[in-house]
Amino acid sequence: METIRLVYPVEGGDLIEAGEASSKMKLTLKKLGLPQDVIRRASICMYEGEINMVIHADGGQAEVEVEPEQIVIRMADTGPGIPDVEQAMQEGYSTAGSTARELGFGAGMGLPNMKRYSDEMIIDTEVGKGTTVTIKIKIPQ
Amino acid sequence: MAMRHSVVLDNRRCRGCTSCIKCCPTEAIRVRGRKATILPDRCIDCGSCIRVCPHKAIKSVGDELDVLTRYEYCVALPEPALYGQFHNLDNIDIILNAFLQIGFHKVYEVSKAAEMLSDFERQCIRSGASSVTPQISSSCPTVLRLIRMRFPKLMGHVACTILPMELAAILARREAEQETGLPPEKIGVFAIVPCSSKVTAARVSEGLSHPVLDGAFAIRDIYLRLLSPMKHLENVEPMASSGIIGMGWASCGGESAARLGDRCVSVDGVGNVIRMLEEIEDGRLPEADFLELSACTQGCVGGCFTVENPYAAKMRLKSLMKGQPVSRNRFQFEGKDRDIVRRDKELQYLPTFVLDQDLGAALNKQLRIQELESHLPGLHCGSCGAPSCHAFAEDVILGRASEDDCIFKVRERMRSMAGKEEADDYLPPPFRHPKSEPVKQ
Repeated sequence: METIRLVYPVEGGDLIEAGEASSKMKLTLKKLGLPQDVIRRASICMYEGEINMVIHADGGQAEVEVEPEQIVIRMADTGPGIPDVEQAMQEGYSTAGSTARELGFGAGMGLPNMKRYSDEMIIDTEVGKGTTVTIKIKIPQ
Repeated sequence: MAMRHSVVLDNRRCRGCTSCIKCCPTEAIRVRGRKATILPDRCIDCGSCIRVCPHKAIKSVGDELDVLTRYEYCVALPEPALYGQFHNLDNIDIILNAFLQIGFHKVYEVSKAAEMLSDFERQCIRSGASSVTPQISSSCPTVLRLIRMRFPKLMGHVACTILPMELAAILARREAEQETGLPPEKIGVFAIVPCSSKVTAARVSEGLSHPVLDGAFAIRDIYLRLLSPMKHLENVEPMASSGIIGMGWASCGGESAARLGDRCVSVDGVGNVIRMLEEIEDGRLPEADFLELSACTQGCVGGCFTVENPYAAKMRLKSLMKGQPVSRNRFQFEGKDRDIVRRDKELQYLPTFVLDQDLGAALNKQLRIQELESHLPGLHCGSCGAPSCHAFAEDVILGRASEDDCIFKVRERMRSMAGKEEADDYLPPPFRHPKSEPVKQ
């Protein structure tokens, strides 16, 4: 079966550019004619993941695989890792710095939102090594 | 149904320079055989190409004034953007009176209808009727077409109302029928519009199944005709019938201001509009109640049919508003007649950008597009006639172009056949290897 692979590098430290990758991905998903709801959920997850990578991990890479049944988004960074995943999953919990907060980020809704809008979310993290968040969104047949 | 457009190309003037292909927000232009060609399904009549064409080869055509002779009674519906076009004008009545000298029998200001629409919206806000937020303004036809093409998820956010010029047309025709006793077909109702997209909208409405206008004239064309009668008017009858709110619709922010206190975002310029729609689509602006989106810089005063610089026009319009009442018109229709402001058909999704209706086939095409794009130089030079290497790759896979249309692909092939040192290896300076020719200072 056909699988599309899209790779987007996410620059660290540049909150202004954050959101570029999700925007580009969205355009491609639209051209594929995927259901609007799937596109919306995928781009929200991607956007939140991008912001996370910029704020916490000095960037990383987002990889998107589009298959006929699902979209898999893998966001990998080599940042500090998440010491307590359960805590990080709580709404409102954030370790974002003051710059990010001034720009309106750091509300502690990133990971919870990604969980809410995806069908499956796997967080693979190791303190000091980095984090890979994998999101799956099913395409209704 | 193919879309109808008012943006057309003058083949004699077009030299195939590729300036237009890159400014088009929907990548709707390709250059073929030394001439630009517009992909009709993609054009949203925004006028970007008209502004950028150095040879003035892309135009938009309004109707010819001769059509007035086909009707017994003609009504002019000037859009408020017209008022900002004149130097040293301190009274709108002068413009409105001048219309009666150039073949029109009556004037019905579009700003009057705009005030009624604003009042209707305020009534909806007060009654809590509008449920989806943010609501998106329905007043720019280019934005409506853009949403139908690229942001179908947001179609449900678009306000239910028709264009001010459409409401003006319906009401003006009613009034004219009552005043003259003529049948509606003998009455001609014509808008005086600032942009190509409203000319198109007068022919094919976004929101109404049957067009309510008999035509639309470009401000630019009417402007010259009005100048002389404006100077020689003997007496100026008071005709202006709208206030600050109605006139305010001509510049971006005016429609928002009329909502009195709603949390509004006013965005102008088609690129900014696209970025804003992307954000709204992802729910990134939850606090906004209303979005006013104008494809043209500064709103309708920046339309491609205007004469004056949009900033100057906006300033003049503001000084004309001074001393005017805030609003002179209310929405006072009762019962079924209240629906007069509403669209009678839903906005339809235009899947122009979708590679294939079948997901498997679309994935396959996307895969081939990516594969081809990875072998293209990424210079977006436009030599193939497409706006970018990606658009070119799409064209090839969708059968609109051949791989050999890329000069770099052809060069690669020739090299492999003839060896590196052939004379055909010529490349213009931007594409030469930096070592082969140092830049002369």
